[in-house]
Amino acid sequence: MFVTDVRTQIQHRNLEEDAPVAELHDLFCKKLQQCCVLFDFLDCVADLKGKEIKRAALNELVESVATSRGVLIEPLYPEAIKMISVNIFRTLPPSENPEFDPEEDEPTLEASWPHLQLVYEFFLRFLESPDFQPSMAKRYIDQKFVLQLLELFDSEDPREREYLKTILHRVYGKLLGLRAYIRKQINNIFLRFIYETEHFNGVAELLEILGSIINGFALPLKAEHKQFLVRVLIPLHTAKSLSIFHAQLAYCVVQFMEKDATVTEYIIRGLLKYWPKTCTQKEVMFLGEIEEILDVIEPSQFIRIQEPLFKQIAACISSPHFQVAERALYFWNNEYILSLIEENCQVILPLVFTTLYRVSKEHWNQTIVSLIYNVLKTFMEMNSKLFDDLTASYKVEKQKEMKRERERADLWRGLDEYQERRMQMLTEAARNQRNLQERGERGDTLSPSSLQTAQSDQHEPKPSGAPTGAGESAT
Amino acid sequence: MAGADGDDSLYPIAVLIDELRNEDVQLRLNSIKKLSTIALALGVERTRTELLPFLTDTIYDEDEVLLALAEQLGNFTMLVGGPEYVHCLLPPLESLATVEETVVRDKAVESLRKISQEHSPVDLEVHFEPLVKRLASGDWFTSRTSACGLFSVCYPRVSSTVKAEIRQHFRTLCSDDTPMVRRAAASKLGEFAKVLELEYVKTDIIPLFTALASDEQDSVRLLAVEACVSIATLLPQEDLETLVMPTLRQAAEDKSWRVRYMVADKFSELQKAVGPEITKNDLVPAFQNLLKDCEAEVRAAAANKVKEFCENLPEDNREQIIMSHILPCVKELVSDTNQHVKSALASVIMGLSTILGKDNTIEHLLPLFLTQLKDECPEVRLNIISNLDCVNEVIGIRQLSQSLLPAIVELAEDAKWRVRLAIIEYMPLLAGQLGVEFFDEKLNTLCMAWLIDHVYAIREAATSNLTKLVEKFGAEWAQNTIVPKVLGMANDPNYLHRMTTLFCINALSEACGQEITTKQMLPVVLKMSNDQVANVRFNVAKSLQKIGPVLDSNALQTEVKPVLEKLASDSDMDVKYFAQEAISDLVWLAAPKEMKVRMLACFDLRGACRAEQDQTPDTCPHPDCCWHVERCRTRAGLSLPWSFELPQSSTPAL
Repeated sequence: MFVTDVRTQIQHRNLEEDAPVAELHDLFCKKLQQCCVLFDFLDCVADLKGKEIKRAALNELVESVATSRGVLIEPLYPEAIKMISVNIFRTLPPSENPEFDPEEDEPTLEASWPHLQLVYEFFLRFLESPDFQPSMAKRYIDQKFVLQLLELFDSEDPREREYLKTILHRVYGKLLGLRAYIRKQINNIFLRFIYETEHFNGVAELLEILGSIINGFALPLKAEHKQFLVRVLIPLHTAKSLSIFHAQLAYCVVQFMEKDATVTEYIIRGLLKYWPKTCTQKEVMFLGEIEEILDVIEPSQFIRIQEPLFKQIAACISSPHFQVAERALYFWNNEYILSLIEENCQVILPLVFTTLYRVSKEHWNQTIVSLIYNVLKTFMEMNSKLFDDLTASYKVEKQKEMKRERERADLWRGLDEYQERRMQMLTEAARNQRNLQERGERGDTLSPSSLQTAQSDQHEPKPSGAPTGAGESAT
Repeated sequence: MAGADGDDSLYPIAVLIDELRNEDVQLRLNSIKKLSTIALALGVERTRTELLPFLTDTIYDEDEVLLALAEQLGNFTMLVGGPEYVHCLLPPLESLATVEETVVRDKAVESLRKISQEHSPVDLEVHFEPLVKRLASGDWFTSRTSACGLFSVCYPRVSSTVKAEIRQHFRTLCSDDTPMVRRAAASKLGEFAKVLELEYVKTDIIPLFTALASDEQDSVRLLAVEACVSIATLLPQEDLETLVMPTLRQAAEDKSWRVRYMVADKFSELQKAVGPEITKNDLVPAFQNLLKDCEAEVRAAAANKVKEFCENLPEDNREQIIMSHILPCVKELVSDTNQHVKSALASVIMGLSTILGKDNTIEHLLPLFLTQLKDECPEVRLNIISNLDCVNEVIGIRQLSQSLLPAIVELAEDAKWRVRLAIIEYMPLLAGQLGVEFFDEKLNTLCMAWLIDHVYAIREAATSNLTKLVEKFGAEWAQNTIVPKVLGMANDPNYLHRMTTLFCINALSEACGQEITTKQMLPVVLKMSNDQVANVRFNVAKSLQKIGPVLDSNALQTEVKPVLEKLASDSDMDVKYFAQEAISDLVWLAAPKEMKVRMLACFDLRGACRAEQDQTPDTCPHPDCCWHVERCRTRAGLSLPWSFELPQSSTPAL
């Protein structure tokens, strides 16, 4: 931020309501130009008079654009946009706290807020004015302008982001030609956030805008929008700072589903792919989102994803973190979900039975154990025959599982032994090859013994055999 | 080598593929990590025809699994049959190079770069280069990003027509629509420039460089600064002024602090790349501006480079440039408002003294050092103190000692224990430079005070500090100054302080030698075996174990033995344990060689007692080993009186 000498230009003049229209425009224009002067707010005592005059001028502009009609004529558009650009577009300063945690730490507030707020207020009133003409504005509010506006969403000051959110929403609503561009740039911001920096303060605000944008999508959904869902919104779930914008993100996801039920499968499979491995706090959020989704899922879509989904839910139930287990078990308190489970009991019960049975005996937390008993009871009432069958076969299944486990171990042991022998053999073969070459270079004829060696490679020992072989056959 | 192929009946591919598909991610991951084992079992033929197609087509998996796969495939050349078949690996790696997750993609690119070297020039053109092209014109930004890293590895080895195509693709990516791709291209610009012919560096790279350096996104512009270093190195001196400098000047004054920060951060590299003339005319003023930048981050980055920048100035007028251009800025930075800036400066400022020589240092730098030594921020003071050696060489440390002392004392009492810890670590260095008299007079008290610090880490560091001091000043000095004070703490009412005595003795006994250890330290240790706090008692046992090797055998036999025996029957479990440990250790120490051999016989190769399960001495298979017998006895709960005497005729003198 710099202070220019032109600040002396700041004069105190009123935008009088009853002034003649031409004079009003002229005055308005002058005020706009005056407000292009920037002040140093890091030095809080510098040029207090100038600051006060600019504040008053901005107030007048806000007042005027909000109340008087017929103020916004075409020549004022470039002036207004210039004033706004000069004031709000700036490289955001480095965060004072490099490990800024939006959940824990107090954000650094923008020092020039006394002026900045009024500029934003003016911008907003300008966009909302009944006199505002998108056809004129689009010449000045262009792609470059929007790009800079979007970059400001990284501001650490929540007040600034709040204004930006409303403003961008209005711009999106009024300037139709910029819509695709805005969506694309938001995409880019999110992708950079997910895959490059993991840092952007305005994700929640942008998602909030997107929530209402998605709401207005036409049907059938365009490929571009589906791609946005699958390649941007779903991967956003991987962010470390998910908790800050999870509510808005889940809202967007559910909006998509309500628009077009066929995206359900993408969503659920995507969430399962990015299911948190170690962060239980995030796991609880994921479970919350799954419940929101299941609340509005169509039964035909439910059938498509029930199998992988309930495997994950079973894994959550056996989580040693009781909040995760509890959150998953709460699904059985949801009537709609319960009705879906009941309809598909034949599929779901076998998926979760073993876990429920085991965890009911093992879990350290009594609340979880009693919740599981309730769930088991519900299942028993749903389909007592299946329940009894599963109980009866529990032990057999467990033994089968152990047997499979042993077989796997055997397979790998065999493979490892085989690899070891092969490696030995390859080394031997390479050595023989070298010997042969050396002899060949010396002009020796191949001796029968070296041929023998080369052939014996073909009769390689069976992997299951005793760990002899390669070494011997090569000698 | 027909035998190189695996055996169908034993490992049907289905079984192996089942392993790669296992429901449990962890198991799947394990299988992928051992993919080479699977490939080996299948043999090269079936790896090519069955395993790789499976991997290419059906793997849709968690990023962690994909990462492992991307890594494995980079080392697969031999497993598919050597360099002539290496192109079989391209399809799976190509799809991995298009996935979203950066880590996976980067690994796939790394593997592709690796196997590109194993391609013959023909294969490179027939298989590899088309892949690069496909990636470069992919729909989604991920594949185009990956392509950026592959141009430079194939460019040197293809025909000139293909080279022209590659350059064209790179150009296209540099002006890509998505900033992600432009960033990737900008970050590979320098690397790509290096493999290009000089004429193309001028005609192709320079325009791209200029365009990227004025990109609308600062994240792209700052990467161009990095490329600037490589590009400037490639060009002849006479072209630099017209081709590179306009862009570099513009970057040094960029409106985004991130770009200016990058310039400051790369300043030494840039300086070397553009040579002395341009440095004098352009970089000196640019550096001054960076040192005065309005963003603290930029100033700190520039301050970090002050010494290196000055060092690399052309020698003929180095001193003049420093004195008239750099030093004034440095002086301002000493009283900067931001502590990171001051601390960055403090970490290098002392290095200027060697460059400027004695007189200038005394006249101009010394006042700055002294100001920084009094800085309110401990980190600044620490950085000055930690670099004292540079000044010592030039003007001697005496000049500073007056101001040094208050600074050290203040750091020594800083409220943050990490600061105290840091200053302790510099004590041996300071002691060496200031000399024993100054040390005894001013610093000794501090060193002793740290021994009773309330933070364990400080007490511990203080202990090892004493060892280093004794190594420096000798045993006699220790006996006169340190040992009495350390031993005095044995009577302290606080048991933590009493334990510190023991820790000091552990650390000092070796440096002090047998005489002092036996005569002065041992009596104190032995007396402490009656301490009422168990922690002190078992530390007595540990100390005796530790100082045992330093003591003479008579003292061991007549003094240590009875005390350890007593402790071995202590009511506290831990005391008992450590006393027995000490006894075992000391017996081992005193045993003659043949006895040791017999003792070792009780243990198998891994060091586990063979008679582990034996509960009584009667069933122990090695009855002649007293040590072993005793261990068995203690295990059995028989508290027989301990004997140092070995049951053999060759009883060693302890």
